[in-house]
Amino acid sequence: MLSPEEKHEIDEELKHLPYKESAAIDALKIVQNHRGWVTDEALDDVGEYLDMSPDALDSIATFYNLIFRKPVGEHVIRICDSVSCYLTGYENLRDAITKKLGIKLGGTTEDNKFTFLPIQCLGTCDHAPAMMIDDELYRDLTPEKLDEIFAQYK
Amino acid sequence: MPTIYIDDNPYEVKEGKNLLDAVLSLGEDLPYFCWHPDLGSVGACRQCAVIQFQDEEDEQGRLVMACMTPASEGTRISIQHPDASQFRENVIEWLMVNHPHDCPVCDEGGECHLQDMTVMSGHNYRDFRFKKRTHRNQDLGPFINHEMNRCIACYRCVRYYRDYAGGGDLQAFAAHDHVYFGRHEDGVLESEFSGNLVEVCPTGVFTDKTLKRHYTRKWDLQSAPSICNHCGLGCNTIAGERYGTLRRILNRYNSSVNGSFLCDRGRFGYEFVNDDARILTPVMKNVETRQFEEVSEDDAVAKIAELTRDKNSVIGIGSPRASLESNFALRTLVGSNRYSSGMSNAETELVNLSRQILNDGPAHSASLKDVEKSDAVLVLGEDLTNTAPMMALAVRQAVRNQPVEKAKQAGIPEWNDNAVRELIQDEKGPLYLATPTNTKLDDVATKTYNAAPQDLARFGFAVAQFLAEESPKVIGLDEDVKSMAKSAADALKNAKRPLVISGTSLLNKSLIQSAANVAWSLCANGKKAEIALTVPEANSMGMSFLEGQGIESAFERAASDDIKTAIILENDLTRRVDSKAWNQFLKNVENIVVIDHLENETTAAADILLPAGTFADSDGTLINNEGRAQRFFQAFEDDSAVQESWRWLQGVLDLGKDTDVSDWYSLDNVFSAMTKSVDTFKGDIVVAPDAKFRINDQKIPRSPYRYSGRTAMKANVDIHVHKPPQDPDSPLSFSMEGYSGKQPSGLTSFFWSPGWNSVQSTNKYKNEVGGELRGGDPGIRLIEPKRNASPKYFTEVPEPFSPREGEWLSIPLHHIFGSEELSAKSFGLSKRAPEPYVALNPSSAEKLGLQMESRVSVKLDGTEHTLPITLHENLPDGVIGLPVGLPDFNGIPLPNWSKISGATE
Amino acid sequence: MDRPLTHHIQPDKQPLSLKKYEKQGGYQAVQKALRDFDPVDLQNHVKEAGLKGRGGAGFNTGLKWSFVPMGDDAPRPKYLVANADEMEPGTFKDRLLMESNPHLFLEGIILSAYAIGAEKSYIFLRWAYHLSKKNLEKAIAGAYENNYLGENIQGSGFNLDLHIHISAGRYICGEETALLNALEGKRANPRAKPPFPQTSGLWGKPTIVQNVETLANVPGIVNNGINWYKDISNSEEDGGTKLYGVSGKVKNPGLWELPMGTTSREIIEEHAGGMQDGLKLNGWLPGGASTDFMVEEHLDVPMDYGSVMEIGSRLGTGTMIVLDDQTCPVGMIENLEHFFAQESCGWCTPCRDGLPWTEKILHAIEHGEGKMEDLDQLARHSKWLGPGKTYCALAPGAVEPLQSGLKYFREDFERHINEQRCPWS
Ligand SMILES: Cc1cc2nc3c(=O)[nH]c(=O)nc-3n(C[C@H](O)[C@H](O)[C@H](O)COP(=O)(O)O)c2cc1C
Ligand code: SF4
Ligand code: FES
Repeated sequence: MLSPEEKHEIDEELKHLPYKESAAIDALKIVQNHRGWVTDEALDDVGEYLDMSPDALDSIATFYNLIFRKPVGEHVIRICDSVSCYLTGYENLRDAITKKLGIKLGGTTEDNKFTFLPIQCLGTCDHAPAMMIDDELYRDLTPEKLDEIFAQYK
Repeated sequence: MPTIYIDDNPYEVKEGKNLLDAVLSLGEDLPYFCWHPDLGSVGACRQCAVIQFQDEEDEQGRLVMACMTPASEGTRISIQHPDASQFRENVIEWLMVNHPHDCPVCDEGGECHLQDMTVMSGHNYRDFRFKKRTHRNQDLGPFINHEMNRCIACYRCVRYYRDYAGGGDLQAFAAHDHVYFGRHEDGVLESEFSGNLVEVCPTGVFTDKTLKRHYTRKWDLQSAPSICNHCGLGCNTIAGERYGTLRRILNRYNSSVNGSFLCDRGRFGYEFVNDDARILTPVMKNVETRQFEEVSEDDAVAKIAELTRDKNSVIGIGSPRASLESNFALRTLVGSNRYSSGMSNAETELVNLSRQILNDGPAHSASLKDVEKSDAVLVLGEDLTNTAPMMALAVRQAVRNQPVEKAKQAGIPEWNDNAVRELIQDEKGPLYLATPTNTKLDDVATKTYNAAPQDLARFGFAVAQFLAEESPKVIGLDEDVKSMAKSAADALKNAKRPLVISGTSLLNKSLIQSAANVAWSLCANGKKAEIALTVPEANSMGMSFLEGQGIESAFERAASDDIKTAIILENDLTRRVDSKAWNQFLKNVENIVVIDHLENETTAAADILLPAGTFADSDGTLINNEGRAQRFFQAFEDDSAVQESWRWLQGVLDLGKDTDVSDWYSLDNVFSAMTKSVDTFKGDIVVAPDAKFRINDQKIPRSPYRYSGRTAMKANVDIHVHKPPQDPDSPLSFSMEGYSGKQPSGLTSFFWSPGWNSVQSTNKYKNEVGGELRGGDPGIRLIEPKRNASPKYFTEVPEPFSPREGEWLSIPLHHIFGSEELSAKSFGLSKRAPEPYVALNPSSAEKLGLQMESRVSVKLDGTEHTLPITLHENLPDGVIGLPVGLPDFNGIPLPNWSKISGATE
Repeated sequence: MDRPLTHHIQPDKQPLSLKKYEKQGGYQAVQKALRDFDPVDLQNHVKEAGLKGRGGAGFNTGLKWSFVPMGDDAPRPKYLVANADEMEPGTFKDRLLMESNPHLFLEGIILSAYAIGAEKSYIFLRWAYHLSKKNLEKAIAGAYENNYLGENIQGSGFNLDLHIHISAGRYICGEETALLNALEGKRANPRAKPPFPQTSGLWGKPTIVQNVETLANVPGIVNNGINWYKDISNSEEDGGTKLYGVSGKVKNPGLWELPMGTTSREIIEEHAGGMQDGLKLNGWLPGGASTDFMVEEHLDVPMDYGSVMEIGSRLGTGTMIVLDDQTCPVGMIENLEHFFAQESCGWCTPCRDGLPWTEKILHAIEHGEGKMEDLDQLARHSKWLGPGKTYCALAPGAVEPLQSGLKYFREDFERHINEQRCPWS
């Protein structure tokens, strides 16, 4: 069942869309915001609300990079692996994070605190290399700066 | 007609086509994947590349996708151009990157579009030297096998399943080279048309799971053109056999009937043919032990001849699932006034009424193609997905016609599939559905009306009244029903090709009459209206031509002293009459002769039982709901005593000497004896090329000439070449020998063309893509309207339905899987049939104090059934629905009044 | 020097409030256009100014607008969509405008919508651009309050609604027709053209998709006229200014508004401060990941659409990615092809199955497992993944750095193969 908040947020999107299915991506993002990831149950819930099959929704969910169909940790680290960050040392940064958290790209720490993912160019190439933790952008990174950054997520 | 230039040669092509369609229609070869004759173009696979030149001067040209480029006047292309052919070769190589080299163990092998295109494109060596990606496969239920690693991502499956057939549970997932086609989790594919994936998929991702259980390569199948015998629509099929068992059913293209597709009942319902319960030898009951004992064929026939010496003491009960010829033979044996159609009185009346409407009225009896082409549809009473499945699929296409017309006006050609869908979004042409409860077409309906059958008929009469003053008035109609009737009437009147659909499934005469009134009133408005009336079984309409009486009347007759013997032809009467009547009948007649192919309660009651051929091992003619006579041919003949029912009866007749049947040695002769002696068949009717038909003095082979065993068709028995069975009934041979060119329309045992081993070779058999088969679509219409007849409107408007206190009107609910006798016995289908239930609406359930899991006891005609309930939101008050054809409900006449109460357990 | 795109931007990059923006001449263009221009006139005006799309393709903006059906029987509603997806690696220009000059962007949207008679507008925004979202939302609220959006804008009878759609992330969403599918809540596969979005776009209605920077150019053109616009450019053909950026190992990576047609030398050496100490310039991608490499000999080519095209590359987004001599070109190209292969939507065969193949070959070469034939394979793929062969422009873009890399860094490729290792590692 969608929560009243989820329903309300989806309704807000529907207001400016001509067809119910047009809200599919928004609705998936909304339930992901509330539930952390898009569970099978969430597909059913959204499907019922938008008159879509869970299969049709999953087709959309699995297309996009930012919709999770698997659980993620409390914080999601996204490190940019695109060209400008590659040129400015993203690989060192990646290895440093792996060492620090003990997880490779795609992994989640055992305490479920962090999930570590790659992301495409963050559009901040003049301050490469960069990463995001949740909605927070970190740029001009060096491995040395990581301790301070991760300290905020204790 | 635009002229286009292909490699500098001019060709005339039809207006409005794309280049791929045009090239294929010209009979030329050009490889493709994502395009499909029924699904249009999307330009995804990039396989159909050609070089297009701007004009005569342009020497450079540019690469275009033929499927996405209009074939307009003066278009110049090159197929041969090295850039085009190299690119096409590259496309194959890319597709092969992840495709496994598993052709030897792949079910698609030998009829694989990917194999064909690979050869056609010239790709033969792969440079890819890295690891392939792999996928997990899914369990998609009893019909379809899934092997995702073979996928080449042409997107045809989802486009067919979702866009064409309206299914929601097969989708494309993920992106880049991880795209995956399947369900979001394992599970049965919900669509009733899932089987077409087998033919739509160009490779071995979706294959026939029922075939897998007894797999044979296409080239080792002995196949014959057949007609589906699982509903009244008469879809054209190909039945394939090996070593005495039927292995699969494929679609057989017929542009007027089923086009490129079949429903899952038709495709997967065949396995009863191989059932252990097949009757293979004549048997007679030992008078003392009451056990069956084998008898020789001659003795059996002689015995029956003896019993039928006095015609006046015999009745014959025919069958709507048997051929015209077999029914006719029975009718000849017992005389027309002692011959029964084998349908209930009610059904007989309705089928006769239908034929009368189609024959005498001005409205044209619609083929499935006509249904698909119609642009406004009214359905009265029929739950088409369950009673005439392929008609539902056709209606699903029909609702697109009006919006597609708009897209065309906006300059988007109909074949530009995604662009058309984008422009029309969820807009649908008019479809008005009046049915007792929800149906699977509701999602595309303009409006639905759920009510008791007689109220549906009143609605129909009301629509007609809005169209023609003379059509009778309906008094006391609710305002909202009236306004829906008005809008349906307007939609039909404003359409170019309006269509009314009704049928026999609710066994309600008024419904059919109201449908006739609507169609006729449209004609009176100057419209070329179409009417489609569904009938229950493969030869129900044929029965009406033979004018037999209903079973109840036959039983009454049997009650008179003079009747001693009954001959029952391919009919399990216990499914049609209640047990009381059946038991009484058994008491009334001394000798019961049954000819059938599967053991059932009726064969169990026989004194003499003869083995009949099924559609797969006999030949015959059927008439579908449209009035189209079509012939099915046997795919095989085994060494058992099985033969066409009419052959058994010919033997009996021959001994009786009353009628000269000496020339009944072939189907053609029986058929022509019938058309000569039965008044309803007028004139010379040619259903299919006769048995003497030859091309270059050769018969048409049933197996392709790549047959592994060559002529040793019985390699399972021994490797010697047996003399192939003779086939006096058709111009087909039981071998790979004969004319190896394109078989004429109606005699197509397999679609094959050089370089085209897959079903896509059908394009080579058509006048043009999507058009008729060369030489005309097989079959012949025996019913044509009297266009100028002034309508004689039916005048009896039924009273409104009023619920009764303490009693419930039980109406039949049909199931594509389970309601039909023969298919229900097939392996896959039996798994999809529902358990018996009683359906009622939630408020009724509440009134009765029933919960979801409740069981109720239903008292009907003196029988009592304890059943779980199913809630149907929209079933009217005072009405319950019972699934027809399921074992529990055999012989219960519906509709009927019943009593229900919460079961005490 | 006129800097119409950035002159409102304050040193701290905080956006101006609506009032302050108005004080600096903001929204004058809207007032003027609604008052003085008939929509079709506005189309012609922008066409003549020679504004070319800044999203990468460089198509004349006014000309594109002229394909939209106008008049009373045109289908309704029409849509204007701002393409703020900016996912092209190495590109970071639209972000600046949205974060620091949102009102200029909105003004561009309003003007463009007016020009085509659109009454609905969407900003298709990258998820990662949180600050952009925040600043835009504030600006939009202000614009509604001050009747620059909403009903009967400034008493002109023109209505416009504007919504932000946050992308769920995929590079292909930036392709204009894929973007439309994403806006419709579907899988973002591109669409075939024709029909073009101008006639059948969002939900089948006439639609214009325009890059953020392109839109931000429109107010200046309206305010100052065609001649001014041509004059502020250094280019013969193309008008206006351009946001040029540099990333990679230069001293001072960044983004600058400069006259269209400024040379790479000026941008890299002056504005970006040249290479970091000890590094040499080895080449650069002129306008994002999907453009062909340029090398030293091209330093003085004016960075405008025609000139860059002439030397076999594309101006693209005008944000340059600089390769230094201590970074392996093969590794860089492998990184690029990895991106493109991952971001293929999976619709058409060449891109879906061809790009991963090139990535695998590049990986093999970079990791000492290359063969000489691999270079032919790469060339073959480049050829058959080029323009017109695939369904959309993603794959042709993907092979630009690959084919030009093979041309300019052939020796480096061969060294990898001969030595069976990466000489840089
Ligand atoms: C794969 C691909 C990605 C694209 N990404 C963007 C993008 O992020 N932003 C953008 O403005 N244009 C992008 N484009 C270009 C758009 O398709 C389109 O040309 C542009 O939005 C039109 O606007 P303009 O004429 O103002 O440049 C992309 C094109 C392709 C083929
Ligand atoms: S080139 Fe083809 S597969 Fe690649 S993104 Fe475009 S449409 Fe999708
Ligand atoms: S058949 Fe033309 S692109 Fe697929």
